[in-house]
Amino acid sequence: MSKITSDDVRKVANLSRLDLHEEQIDTYASQLEKILDYIDHLEKVDTTNVIPTTRAVEVINVIRDDQVEYTNVREELIDLAPDREGDFYKVPKIISD
Amino acid sequence: MAIAEWRKQLELGEVSARELVDQKLSRIAEVENSLHAFLVVTADRARAEADRIDEARAAGEVLPPLAGIPLAIKDNLCTKGVKTTCSSRMLKNFVPPYESTVTERLWKSGAVLLGKTNLDEFAMGSSTETSAFGATSNPWNLKMVPGGSSGGSAAAVASGECLASLGSDTGGSIRQPASFCGVVGLKPTYGRVSRWGLVAFASSLDQVGPFANTVADAAEVLQVIAGADHRDSTCLEAPVPNYIEALSQPVTGLRIGLIKECFDQQGLSSAVKDSVMNAASHLQKLGIELVEVSCPRFNDGIATYYVIAPSEASANLARYDGVKYGYRSEDKDSLLSMTARSRAEGFGSEVQRRILIGTYALSAGYVDAYYKKAQQVRTLIRRDFDNAFQKVDLLLTPTSPSTAFASGAHLNDPLSMYISDLLTIPANLAGLPAISLPCGFDEKGLPIGVQLIANVLDESRLLQVSHQYEQTAKVMSRRPSAELIP
Repeated sequence: MSKITSDDVRKVANLSRLDLHEEQIDTYASQLEKILDYIDHLEKVDTTNVIPTTRAVEVINVIRDDQVEYTNVREELIDLAPDREGDFYKVPKIISD
Repeated sequence: MAIAEWRKQLELGEVSARELVDQKLSRIAEVENSLHAFLVVTADRARAEADRIDEARAAGEVLPPLAGIPLAIKDNLCTKGVKTTCSSRMLKNFVPPYESTVTERLWKSGAVLLGKTNLDEFAMGSSTETSAFGATSNPWNLKMVPGGSSGGSAAAVASGECLASLGSDTGGSIRQPASFCGVVGLKPTYGRVSRWGLVAFASSLDQVGPFANTVADAAEVLQVIAGADHRDSTCLEAPVPNYIEALSQPVTGLRIGLIKECFDQQGLSSAVKDSVMNAASHLQKLGIELVEVSCPRFNDGIATYYVIAPSEASANLARYDGVKYGYRSEDKDSLLSMTARSRAEGFGSEVQRRILIGTYALSAGYVDAYYKKAQQVRTLIRRDFDNAFQKVDLLLTPTSPSTAFASGAHLNDPLSMYISDLLTIPANLAGLPAISLPCGFDEKGLPIGVQLIANVLDESRLLQVSHQYEQTAKVMSRRPSAELIP
């Protein structure tokens, strides 16, 4: 298929929200190339008209009664945040200047 | 000693739950320096729980089946109030506000938590070396890896630190370490056991299962954790049979298929091949008929898996954003840069590699070539199994092409590490239950595992044949003890 360049890894790292160093990008590029080369063996398998499997064991329409369960762990959940202010998650600025 | 025997001794008052817990805690203290199977040992909680059980027994209460049985839990299963790290810097200080369904069921059955065990970071790896908190050693030879990703849970059972443990298996992460450490490891049918509270890796493949010294012990644990859970809609509604009663059902006349493609592997060590063939001959002596079967697409399992698992992982791990919980970088420039720095600093390189592969495979222009193609090959792999199960009751393969490898042997070559999961991955892709049983030792004295695979929800048959093999072949006469004692 296609060769993996450092530019490809840079693009995918950006999509993955991974702020990588240049030397990491080069290492990953060569490793991904080998791995994708191996995966490319799948090209040779004839899959004409084969339906994709999305899950191993099919489960269809799981329904249950809509019963209210009272958990109230809000405070515990918010308290897991690295930074909070009152009942809010606190983050660096979202909109740039 | 088996769980059933401990239960008898506990009931007769020959040993107290507190004494049993103390015995395991002192074993942990004795070997952990060299082994590092545990990330945290919950000694105070275990002693308090054991005392509570002893008091209840003294008061004449009827106790549940695992009352006083000390267990270890892989550290990707949420335990309320006890840190659950996934061996990642990302979750180094994460204390879950809720309990996973499987552990909740174990505690309700009286089992006692001894601690949380080491794993490859986010269960990605085959050697427990990608843990951010240091590797685990193999109890049979400390220079060797215990396998992975559930290496801590396997090593803890093998070294006698606990009576049984839980692991998770996405591509072999229970069976391969069970094989490397000489214990029993069972991956149930996809959906047999609830994943609620299991930190997600690849959601169409992940399943929780037990490690134990014996097949009967594995059955005891499965009995408690299996069954529907309204909090996990992929968990199957099918009734849970009595696995313990199934153990002694006759096996005469059953048919077992030897998957031809597994025995033709280039990388299959001759010691493993011989030992597994011996196990097959032993089954024949029990009145089981052996048949050669072909699963032509079996060996495409790895390539298929290394598209599907990283794709699903890249989506599942998107939740670690440095906002709601987990690690946050010091970066304060913007939300975006804070998230990208947090993920770069919080995830180790194997996790990053898989996120990159998955994101690549799912990105515009590649999704059909990789993800859809892999899902189609997955269908063909399932079909091979369907055809095989028309002819036989169970399938037999080695669990791993080799015995435990040396620490560091595959660390710099991810692909060679991936290939070591060749024989376990197809059962995950098809959702089938599979078990690894000790079947012998190689020339270096390292344990060898044989894998049996059953059809969907046929755990009873799997356990029944495994139990009778174990009870008559008696290969585990040795324990890994001498080398560990400082």
